[in-house]
Amino acid sequence: MALDTVTVAAAQPELTQPWRELGLKEDEYARIKEILGRRPTSSELAMYSVMWSEHCSYKSSKVHLKQFGEKAPHSDALLVGIGENAGVVDIGQGYAVTFKIESHNHPSFIEPYQGAATGVGGIVRDILTMGARPIAIMDPLRFGPADAVDTRRVLPGIVAGVGGYGNCLGLPNIGGEVVFDPTYAGNPLVNALCVGVMRHEDIKLATAHGTGNLVVLFGAKTGGDGIGGVSVLASETFASGKAAKRPAVQVGDPFAEKVLIECSLEIFAEDLVIGIQDLGGAGLSCATSELASAGSGGMSIQLEKVPLRDPSLSPEEILMSESQERMCAIIEPSKLARFMKICKKWDVTATVIGEVTDGKNLEITFNGELIVDVPPRTVAHDGPVYNRPIAKPAYLETLTPTTLPTLDSTESIKRELLALIASPNIADKSWVTDQYDRYVQGNSVLSQPEDSGMIRIDENTNLGVAISTDANARWSYLDPYNGAKLALLESCRNIATTGAKPLAVTNCLNFGSPEDPGVMWQFAETVRGLADICLEMGLPVTGGNVSFYNQTGAVAILPTPVIGVLGVIQDVTTRTKMGIPAAGLSIVQLGNTSDNFSGSEWAHLHGQMGDHAPTPDIATEMRLINLLLEGQPLFESAHDLSDGGLAAALTEAVLRNGIGASIDLPAQYIPGGVAAGLFAETPGRVLVTVKAEHLAALAVLAEKFEIALHELGISGGDALVINGAAIPLDELRQAHTQTLPKLFG
Amino acid sequence: MRVGVVTFPGSLDDSSALRAIRLAGGTPVPLFHASDDLKEVQAVVLPGGFSYGDYLRCGAISRFAPIMSSIIIAAEHGFPILGICNGFQILCESHLLPGALTRNQGLHFVCTDQPLTVENASTPWTSGYTKGDRLVIPIKNGEGSFQASAQTLHELESEGRVVLRYADSNPNGSKNDIAGITNARGNVVGVMPHPEQAIESLTGPSEDGLTFFTSILHSLVGR
Repeated sequence: MALDTVTVAAAQPELTQPWRELGLKEDEYARIKEILGRRPTSSELAMYSVMWSEHCSYKSSKVHLKQFGEKAPHSDALLVGIGENAGVVDIGQGYAVTFKIESHNHPSFIEPYQGAATGVGGIVRDILTMGARPIAIMDPLRFGPADAVDTRRVLPGIVAGVGGYGNCLGLPNIGGEVVFDPTYAGNPLVNALCVGVMRHEDIKLATAHGTGNLVVLFGAKTGGDGIGGVSVLASETFASGKAAKRPAVQVGDPFAEKVLIECSLEIFAEDLVIGIQDLGGAGLSCATSELASAGSGGMSIQLEKVPLRDPSLSPEEILMSESQERMCAIIEPSKLARFMKICKKWDVTATVIGEVTDGKNLEITFNGELIVDVPPRTVAHDGPVYNRPIAKPAYLETLTPTTLPTLDSTESIKRELLALIASPNIADKSWVTDQYDRYVQGNSVLSQPEDSGMIRIDENTNLGVAISTDANARWSYLDPYNGAKLALLESCRNIATTGAKPLAVTNCLNFGSPEDPGVMWQFAETVRGLADICLEMGLPVTGGNVSFYNQTGAVAILPTPVIGVLGVIQDVTTRTKMGIPAAGLSIVQLGNTSDNFSGSEWAHLHGQMGDHAPTPDIATEMRLINLLLEGQPLFESAHDLSDGGLAAALTEAVLRNGIGASIDLPAQYIPGGVAAGLFAETPGRVLVTVKAEHLAALAVLAEKFEIALHELGISGGDALVINGAAIPLDELRQAHTQTLPKLFG
Repeated sequence: MRVGVVTFPGSLDDSSALRAIRLAGGTPVPLFHASDDLKEVQAVVLPGGFSYGDYLRCGAISRFAPIMSSIIIAAEHGFPILGICNGFQILCESHLLPGALTRNQGLHFVCTDQPLTVENASTPWTSGYTKGDRLVIPIKNGEGSFQASAQTLHELESEGRVVLRYADSNPNGSKNDIAGITNARGNVVGVMPHPEQAIESLTGPSEDGLTFFTSILHSLVGR
């Protein structure tokens, strides 16, 4: 096919173009023609189509996400906010930390290993792009039923992909989640979080300015993989009967990324770049238009200079390719020689492909012919915005309360507890996490299954950060507004139990189709809840990611807002672990239990959903966090009560070091009796152990912060004993650890 | 005491090895694969990682790095060398150690706190231990299953050249539960576990690995 140039486009205005196949709507295509005053060239069409896709443009979510700006709390910690590749927060001592979660759900269903691997690769490049050294990753994962046939294809592939890529990059994987639910059967969720650290003065932004400065593409060569991959895939449901999009999944090369990281950090250390952007979704289309848009606007690119793995690629394909492990930098001509020398040291291909101009447009030529001439802002930021219809879903009117057994005997306590802790969602996840390197870099203070991951930042001062990701999708299903708040509160508790202070928030909002008004209502409520609680708690949202169209046919996934909270700890040697460390300690529950089982794992085990999520009590939760921080020197261990309630928390706490416990739940004091005491997932509760001589001091603190304190029992022995029901630790361990190995080998 | 750590493209535990040398009281010296200059170090650590992405075979490409030509010559003259994980694989590919590390029996990458027994406490890298000592040191690899011919295994066992053995359970199908070996002269040691990740109880499962690094410093002083 002849090259479709700007001249040709002007001369042949009526040419039929495949805008529909590229995912554009009729009015969007009309808007492009209006912007340009002519039809787009095929290359321009390619750029607009990927950049205006749901994944890249946030066209359905934008009107809601702006609440994060409108309701943003005042924060001295926020150095770079929403809009850049990742937000940056000040953690003191001159250090800045950047962190973000992204989804790679759709590619991971089609090609589990590569989908998950490139999900890790993409988020790591986002962090690197800020000028930071990536220091850890986490991976919240969600799958269909654990015993479903397809889960045996999807889960091992995704886990191997996360491990295969992350391990090879030398990034410790310090936590995450593994959750099973039927709604994820045809649409697993692969969310990946990365955290990076830098000095304040080293922060880099994605901007192109300074006429005559050079645009340099460095890293892997451009190939045919992932053309329209993430952007098109993430913007459509998997309708049957459509052509397979298998080749659209990107293929990752973690070795190339590892070398790119070291090369980039050396380039940053010598202050050789003015602006930098990674090539992820929408590839070169995204990088050039965003860099130009954030600068003065003018940029010229000679597309034939892009080094290719596959020389047969057309200009449109080069612009859309999502080949991994590529970066785009803006540098002054005087620094080019030094830049190239560092690239050569690391055997990284680097090519000048264009320069910043004093014009207003992004102009791309191919062998001298002008094929793109667009105002970059119209590509990068002025995409369509939809105010999609919202309607409270009908299912909320048909919810029924839970009807669960009462535990009236030691046999029933033992039976229900063992069944719960062996269920896939509560069972030990070592089968997954042992495939990830948690030690590399030598700074992992805490990693899974601890409440949060913790990384030492400074070996001399022992400054560190803690990170936790949480979601309770069933609560979000029952009440998305409060569900989002509860997820954030759980994440903050997980930070505080380890001794760190919550500082900033990121999120990955996984939802069904935005074209479904019920899903859109879930989304709107979620964002409203999250923005409200962040304002109330004074926690800045530093960025996030929205993933729509997560559904199989007509069935949407449970609304799954995954919330990541970053905390800071002044001295990592004081951190608190979740395992009971010794016999003879007092076991204490902080916070009260209620009798609401809705959305709990125990109800799920009995095939029930229930009818209402708990109501978050933010003021009490904030006092609990303060109690945890002030009381930290008193705690021998601390563990958040969440999924699986006290039963799960006790099991994890006793098995961690093989030290048993004996507790009594006085049924008459707990609404809902022993069953609630063990299995309710009432928020705002923490299990701690303290030496007997510290009990009084803890009681004083509990009174000061108005937090209920319940002495449950004492640690020791080789069994978990609850109201006289004794479960030997061996039996407990067997039940807790065998589920995943049996299912997945 | 100057102890070098080589960075190959894709090395990952090089920074941890440098830290271990420092915490043991030595002077850590970063070495780069592309130069044959050993910078007057008195011993060398080949660290863990995925050098060259493990492409072709683990260690197969690194073995041809310029720095390795200097290291191979030095090794033949008794220079102390410790290969950890990928470093062990490079030593096998370089024929400084016998055998090969193959895909783990379970075909998964395995990261776990591994109990080990010290079998040989006479190498310069293990002289601070006592034979029979029990250690807990992380393993983290996908290709850690040690394989060798029956004759090689016989030689390793009869000559006391097995340095570390997996205790309690064999995580990867290694022959004779072998976790680390040495050459006939005793100066070249390769281990799959990562002693550099067990030097501080804050960040590792134990401090059992530090003795590798204090041992070499003592050995060098004693020369």
